[in-house]
Amino acid sequence: MNYLPHTRQDISLMLERCGVTSLDDLYADVDDSLRFNGDYDLPEAMCEAEIRRFFSGLSAKNRTMTCFAGAGFYDHYTPAAINAILGRSEFLTAYTPYQPEISQGTLQYIFEYQTLMARLTGMEVSNASMYDGATATAEAMLMAVNHARRKRRVLIASTVNPAVAAVVGTYARWQNIALEVIPEHNGVVNRQEFESMMEAGDVAGVIVQTPNYYGILEDFEGWADTCHRHKALLIMNAPASALAVIRTPGEWGADIACGDAQSLGMPLNFGGPYLGYICTGKALIRKLPGRIVGATTDENGKRVFVLTLQAREQHIRREKATSNICSNQGLMALHTAVYLSLMGPEGLQRVNALGADGLRRLSDGLAESGVMTPMYPGHAVLNEALFKVNNGITPQQILDTCKDAGILAGVPVGDDGLLVAVTENQSIEDIDRYISTVKSLKQ
Amino acid sequence: MNSQLYDKLIFEYSKPGRQGFSLPKRECLDCLDSIPQALRRQKTLNLPEVDEPTVVRHYTNQSTNNFGVDTGFYPLGSCTMKYNPKINEAVAADTTIASLHPAQPTDTVQGALELYWRLQRALCSIGGMAEFTLNPFAGAHGELTGLMVIRAYHASRDDNGRQVVIVPDSAHGTNPASAAVAGLQVRQVNSMPDGTVDLDDLRSKLDDSVAAVMLTNPNTIGMFERNIPVIAEMVHAAGALLYYDGANLNPLLGVARPGDMGFDVMHINLHKTFSTPHGGGGPGAGPVGVRSGLEDFLPNPRVVKNNDGTFGISYPDSSLGRISGWLGNYTVLVKALAYILSLGKENIRMVGPLATLNANYVMESLRDLYLLPVDGPCKHEFVFDGLRDKSQGVTTLHVAKRLLDYGFHAPTIYFPLLFHESLMIEPTETETLETLDRFIKVMRDIAHEASEQPELIKQAPLTTPVRHPDDTEAALHPKVTFDEL
Repeated sequence: MNYLPHTRQDISLMLERCGVTSLDDLYADVDDSLRFNGDYDLPEAMCEAEIRRFFSGLSAKNRTMTCFAGAGFYDHYTPAAINAILGRSEFLTAYTPYQPEISQGTLQYIFEYQTLMARLTGMEVSNASMYDGATATAEAMLMAVNHARRKRRVLIASTVNPAVAAVVGTYARWQNIALEVIPEHNGVVNRQEFESMMEAGDVAGVIVQTPNYYGILEDFEGWADTCHRHKALLIMNAPASALAVIRTPGEWGADIACGDAQSLGMPLNFGGPYLGYICTGKALIRKLPGRIVGATTDENGKRVFVLTLQAREQHIRREKATSNICSNQGLMALHTAVYLSLMGPEGLQRVNALGADGLRRLSDGLAESGVMTPMYPGHAVLNEALFKVNNGITPQQILDTCKDAGILAGVPVGDDGLLVAVTENQSIEDIDRYISTVKSLKQ
Repeated sequence: MNSQLYDKLIFEYSKPGRQGFSLPKRECLDCLDSIPQALRRQKTLNLPEVDEPTVVRHYTNQSTNNFGVDTGFYPLGSCTMKYNPKINEAVAADTTIASLHPAQPTDTVQGALELYWRLQRALCSIGGMAEFTLNPFAGAHGELTGLMVIRAYHASRDDNGRQVVIVPDSAHGTNPASAAVAGLQVRQVNSMPDGTVDLDDLRSKLDDSVAAVMLTNPNTIGMFERNIPVIAEMVHAAGALLYYDGANLNPLLGVARPGDMGFDVMHINLHKTFSTPHGGGGPGAGPVGVRSGLEDFLPNPRVVKNNDGTFGISYPDSSLGRISGWLGNYTVLVKALAYILSLGKENIRMVGPLATLNANYVMESLRDLYLLPVDGPCKHEFVFDGLRDKSQGVTTLHVAKRLLDYGFHAPTIYFPLLFHESLMIEPTETETLETLDRFIKVMRDIAHEASEQPELIKQAPLTTPVRHPDDTEAALHPKVTFDEL
């Protein structure tokens, strides 16, 4: 077996050093009744060629579609240089940089990542990354509750992505945090309801999202003031890519910015790995979960990087910890650093503009057919919008017909809604094909 | 290696007008004009402007400042830094998988779901469990998920007074921290001098407030917990469940299964036992398995095999809820399955015994110079309590730093907390006898240096490009972005 280097001679020489005669002797402390003497329910070993055949066989049972679905995960282009760098095995096969003398590569890219994410979100500091956007938002909630000490109410806008809200709800349930939903009106979260829920008191944090689940850029003017008047933290979830062009959590006065960075060119990969980010102000840095890298100097005065502020972390605080985060999403933080370095300000703005342009073309074309019209016209959107499916046609019929044409038409919402996203990856021809497929349904 | 020539941060290469992107040419920038100014980004976006060759050279040179399993021996105890097979990477880089959106109809992702289901079944067989979820993103996330399964189980029986998790004093920090995040209190159980659980102490701490007992087996110092059947009986008699922290599963491959030992819930670190790369700290995966009777509580969404042989996704109401955006770190799962299938049912049986052989060989070859606090064959790893000769003031930290000079990664140090000078060594099964012999020779040389040239070793590392970073300064005046430099 090519990963098991032991020859027969190696084994007998080593057993002799250990003072035993068989490998079994090394397990003398495992009682016979506990031994597994059966057969694992697995096939026999496959060689590399067989492995390749097996996985291509599985892959052939999947179908690549032209993707107009978003709902938190977007089909952006991944520059070729990223995989070349992520494949460097010095990055790929290292672990958490416990030994800074031989881990400056990892430490430096995390420092760059932290800088890039702080700039993108308009916040002061970032941690070294989280699992995904949903768990990052749950951790942000725990930060708020921890910060507020005895207050156990957290408000969440109903316009937050339902998968994110579900994960936040799971974390809240077992910590006895009362998670209450702020209702929406006409596609945006209701300001009056928010104010009156705040008046009831005891709120530790408020979770909102922009662009929201329907793709709408919400207006959060005054929300931070209300939160701060009630000593609650404002937590703003945003898909990372959009922050190049939309008002940032920092500019809205949010205390914590969080969300998924998948939109920064991470392949969809059927759900992961992606990257959750969490950024905040310097005042809350000691409340951040997970790893943080800081700059310092070594004894030669050279600028170097180390894991820092570790007194916050689980291995020190143990049962007093407010987060159990151990590792981060290291390699995806490298992806993020390389992507943002390649795109630069102009590239990331163009990505957003291309998505917005694509959505406008699609929306205009669909409006002609009358089958799909914007559910919430009048609100600003970027590259994603909720459409209302009309003329007695159901969202499922659109999805089915488009599927036959190799198009993933979107994500159904409610009885008559279809959430559609466009990125730079969908060409004008793709968009035209979507429009004509929907038109064909009308006839 | 050009660490002197290329030691800038990416921001320091930036020059206005440089481009590293390649995007469709379509004119479209005006379409953002329809967004009201108040909803637009107010401040100029300050990202570096760098060309692609510079970006690639920058990160390639950064990578050479790093040490990975492919660079050399990485005996980091408790982390199972085994070789990460290249075929795993090759099959995970599938362009079809890369394009699959989580919202695709299930009939267009049958291959992806089948792969997920096959890994679930393989892990069930390896762990002796009835069902697995692959959704958790990491070991700590698996612990949290497993504890939530346990809470959901007790809640389903209206047994709501169970608010305590018992963990050994030797446990990894994530165990008590996961308990706290799951809303549970932690009660510590003492270890015997050999690191196994003190049964009397456990008995005195078990009552009807206990939701679960969390254990690793082999334990943190690499000793098999012989009394596990008795422990399981005690825990179950108290109405609590027994949780298996899979951090130390590797030596049991081919030997024993947590399910057969009486564990009810377990997680597996795919990035340890199943060879997926650690990635500088992630992405990993922490699948959670349960014994029969607990399946209904696993997190949603669940991947299921339908009666007609197709695969689907279900959302049972009895579930503890959702703990991830979708089905976990999918490509990590692909790599783990590739590894399991490469080994096959026959070779997987050799993984545990050979990992154990490597650990015992190193332990036996060094115990005359390093203090072995617990005797007896270890399993996949063992812990020294520093050097035997401590008269010259040479500590575990010095030994660890000196190893860097000799081209090895350091073992885990100052964990477990049971000993003052813990030096935790886990060689894994993928290391050759020659590598182990080189490591042993270096460790012996260091021990001699410690007695004969203690001042030299206290200066270590002597040859790394970075020496003695000022950790205190970093924590006292945190500078965590380029803008603070």
